[in-house]
Amino acid sequence: MSSNEAPVISARDLRVQYADREILHGINFEVKARETMVILGASGSGKSTLLRTMVGLEKPTSGSVWVGGTNLATASAAEMNAVRKRIGLSFQGGALIGSMTVGENIALPLREHTNLEESTIEVIVRIKLRQVGLIKFEHFMPSELSGGMKKRAAVARAMSMDPEILFFDEPSAGLDPIIAAGIDQLILNLKQALGVTIIVVTHELASAFLIADRILVLDAGNILNIASPEELKQSTHPRIRQFLNRVPDSEAGEDVDNLQLFTDG
Amino acid sequence: MELLLNIGAATEKCLAYVGSLAQLLGRAMADSVVSPLKRSLSFQRAIHQAMAVGVTAIPVISFITFFIGVIMALQGAYELRRFGALYLVADMVAISITRELGPLVTAIVVIGRSGSAFAAEIGTMKVTEELDAIETMALRPIAFLVAPKLLAMLVMMPCLTIWADLMGVLGGSVFGMMGANYTFGTYLAATRDALFIRDIITGLVKSIVFGLVITGVGCQEGFSTGTGSEQVGRSTTAAVVTSIFLIVFVDLVFTAIFYMTSRV
Repeated sequence: MSSNEAPVISARDLRVQYADREILHGINFEVKARETMVILGASGSGKSTLLRTMVGLEKPTSGSVWVGGTNLATASAAEMNAVRKRIGLSFQGGALIGSMTVGENIALPLREHTNLEESTIEVIVRIKLRQVGLIKFEHFMPSELSGGMKKRAAVARAMSMDPEILFFDEPSAGLDPIIAAGIDQLILNLKQALGVTIIVVTHELASAFLIADRILVLDAGNILNIASPEELKQSTHPRIRQFLNRVPDSEAGEDVDNLQLFTDG
Repeated sequence: MELLLNIGAATEKCLAYVGSLAQLLGRAMADSVVSPLKRSLSFQRAIHQAMAVGVTAIPVISFITFFIGVIMALQGAYELRRFGALYLVADMVAISITRELGPLVTAIVVIGRSGSAFAAEIGTMKVTEELDAIETMALRPIAFLVAPKLLAMLVMMPCLTIWADLMGVLGGSVFGMMGANYTFGTYLAATRDALFIRDIITGLVKSIVFGLVITGVGCQEGFSTGTGSEQVGRSTTAAVVTSIFLIVFVDLVFTAIFYMTSRV
């Protein structure tokens, strides 16, 4: 846990609101270099908003969020773009640009932001595609790919600029268990091969416990716990137990009462 | 009082909309002139758009303006015949096509084909998070999406309009040859004599402004798409309806200005 390196991401009293509805109620956390942090939470817990804030798609209402040494709350457009060139985000549905082939999608940030030769870019594109297991699909259009392949292609695009931080939004959502396990394995492989900081937003417990160094549990805009998977399994917090044991909300009241009976007794 | 408030609110909304259009177009122009995307990527996309907006529109615009040329000639001849002035049919077709109908019909066809497509494309990209993806790759959606469309539109609208003018005159000549004692040669000569270069320029100036309006409204509606796929349909409809309204309004303003400035 102890590290004298500066955190790669840190949030201080981070608040985000849409219109008059506050989604994140002043949260604090740090992500260390080269760790894999999973942000776990139910639908509506604010985990997607937290992700969008960390990549600069939402502005904090107050507080700060530092990514790679830049405070995104106060960053200018140029500073924001500088940060964005050092991060990669793999979107839930892939979000590949539909009018370009898979290869062109991956090459796009390289063509825009670097002075690399076209031949070099082609080599990089193939390397990235090989890493995600899509080497044969360079010239396919995104619409010709299955859901799992789209996500892999999106991962390849997120990696194209060799980012220091890789973000994954719901990597296994909407996939069958085999493909989802494949994506988990891909993240684990990348973690070992690249040694980058990885942030994964998910509600899939199995996948969270498999890939995480630490898990941040978000509930209704507040952090319930930040712990290693082992520590989290031991947690007695009623809301965390409810999530881990997959108890629906209507029965949750009773569950909490029972837990309190046990702990009080 | 209630009515006044509503009128005030509606006026404010209209002004805000026009303001947002101007802002979008201004940024797109700045992006295409000042800081174009690297490696002629923007140029490639503009060529691609120019094909989609312009070249593939040629058949439908040809047919429509050809028929409108015939219709104008028939309709004009109906009146002119009563004054024994059937020989003026070439002049009438030439002037009404180049100054008014050529640019207007071209614009309406382009709205239907491309304005709607802009809104649908950008709207779908918003729904599927592609716009967010472009932003997180440190690219500007306006430079990436609007600037190439704007460039394509500003070049292709005048080209299409010239083509439409030509086809309209051809349409008129069919009636001229069959119903008004013209030969093809004399009809074209009559057309040439009737037209001042000013008439054609007037139409082209309009067509450029129409191009601005169609791109602005199509893209603006696309960007303002809400969440959910049914919103894309709403944006597309709004783009077509708003564009047609604005085109006719702009046409009215320009025609009035040209009329007043050309009075002797």
